[in-house]
Amino acid sequence: MDLYPLWNSLRIAGVSTVIIFFAGIFAAYYIAKAPRLVKGVLDVFLTLPLVLPPTVVGFLLLRVLGPRRVIGAFFLEHFNLRLTMTWWSAIFATTVVIFPLMYRTCRGAFEGFDATLSASAQTLGLSNTYIFWRIRMPYCRPGILAGTVLAFARALGEYGATSMIAGYTPGRTATISTTVYQLWRTNDDGLAFRWVLVNVAISFVVLLAVNLLERREKRAGRR
Amino acid sequence: MSLIVDIEKKLSGFTLRMSFEAGDETLALLGASGCGKSMTLRCVAGVERPDRGRIVLNGRTLFDSEKRVNLPPQQRRVGLMFQNYALFPQMTVYQNVRCGARRHLKGAAREEAVRQALDAFGVGSLAGRLPGQLSGGQQQRVALARMLVGEPDILLMDEPFSALDSHLRFRMEQEVHDAIRRFGKTVLLVSHSRDEVYRMADSVAIVNNGRVERIGALKDVFADPGTRAGCVLTGCKNISAISPLENGQVWAEDWGVPLALPLRPGADAVGIRMHDVRPGQGPNTLRCRAAEVIENPFSVTVMLRPVEAPASAAPIGWEMEKPMWQALQAEELTVHLPPEAILQLKG
Repeated sequence: MDLYPLWNSLRIAGVSTVIIFFAGIFAAYYIAKAPRLVKGVLDVFLTLPLVLPPTVVGFLLLRVLGPRRVIGAFFLEHFNLRLTMTWWSAIFATTVVIFPLMYRTCRGAFEGFDATLSASAQTLGLSNTYIFWRIRMPYCRPGILAGTVLAFARALGEYGATSMIAGYTPGRTATISTTVYQLWRTNDDGLAFRWVLVNVAISFVVLLAVNLLERREKRAGRR
Repeated sequence: MSLIVDIEKKLSGFTLRMSFEAGDETLALLGASGCGKSMTLRCVAGVERPDRGRIVLNGRTLFDSEKRVNLPPQQRRVGLMFQNYALFPQMTVYQNVRCGARRHLKGAAREEAVRQALDAFGVGSLAGRLPGQLSGGQQQRVALARMLVGEPDILLMDEPFSALDSHLRFRMEQEVHDAIRRFGKTVLLVSHSRDEVYRMADSVAIVNNGRVERIGALKDVFADPGTRAGCVLTGCKNISAISPLENGQVWAEDWGVPLALPLRPGADAVGIRMHDVRPGQGPNTLRCRAAEVIENPFSVTVMLRPVEAPASAAPIGWEMEKPMWQALQAEELTVHLPPEAILQLKG
């Protein structure tokens, strides 16, 4: 069994999780503080990928990143770089698809933050940077962790947009989910089933981790 | 040493227009919930920004919309306490108090100050605990230590006792009162509890609909609250609108009886505290029936309905010690309302 799809899926999910970890927190922090109208509009826009079918996201991504489209053509011309059909092309797809998960959970966490804590901290003379990292982030940590793990799990299983923008090339762009589909299509059910088991095992571990984290945080918070 | 506040801020529903001064004393802002008293405190602390006006503390301008001064809360040197104490839940008691000493102390001096503050409030033995492991009273002591270790110029307390059970509240009130006396500078106390205010404050400002309706020495304001809202807030439950009668008396519209009193110009309502109704004959004698008798833990409240008043009239509450009611108990009672006990009110 060639393990390339496992390794490829993990690195794609890993990289996109790192990206959305920062992007999600950043967006959530500023949008939670934004005026209502701005908040409403941005919120809809940023949450859209969560409800759109992944194929639609893939289609839209191809419309901008494809070799004959605006951004795709620019990179091809100036850097001789094709943005589609490489292993890392899938990162575009997973990042867009999982961003709302991270953004939503972080925003919930930030909005649940007790504003009297930062008000008190400010009057005590603590800097806003200190307040963000030492008071707000620890307070919101359970939500942020849960969002990160969920996003990673979802990235690992992304199929629709990934298959459109990175395709399926064994040993190059194949991920677990595209491999399962390909194996099933070519009647190799035995091997497909093994990949299914791999996928289920990983998801199981991830969700278990989320639950354990939440329980621990809840215990720490209650006392 | 003093605080001058003169600010305006538009809120949903009404506009806050607060204007008052306070010396080295405890000034209570007494008002119903949502009247703007907490918002005023937050504006002084700098965590909310008034639309216009100015705030001056001991000659230092904290906020002035015309001079475009708006000091961040970090530079205002104010101590702010919320009803939930706002202790940082992920930090230990020691770390919480140390946060209060970061502004002005370093190294060994800081650790020493933190130790002293913890011991001063009797929470030194709890230094390693997290706030969630403490009782309400302990949390409040930690909050006091954290606030005072930074040597602020003013203390701002927002309903500091409302999260406590009543038996704890009384004790913490005394502890906070002691801390305030040792502090010796201006303290703003926001509260909706007249008992709390009466026990702790030197002066009181009656706040209603975002304005100070009356401000003055505690006893003066309680003796003559001046407005309907002030009357209610200082705990007077018998209130009636009035209109002048031709014979020089006034007609108490809600109670349906005439009253003789030296009417002040502008007064359009009267009030009388339930303790101030007097038994027997006297000025403003009323023959009443006891419409209802309510027994409290240590007193009895009798709802009086004057015999001459129409059935739609509001009853007048009369509160007395239990033995008095036991001696008195009757269907029909004669009471009088002494003119000097009648509060004259506007608005």
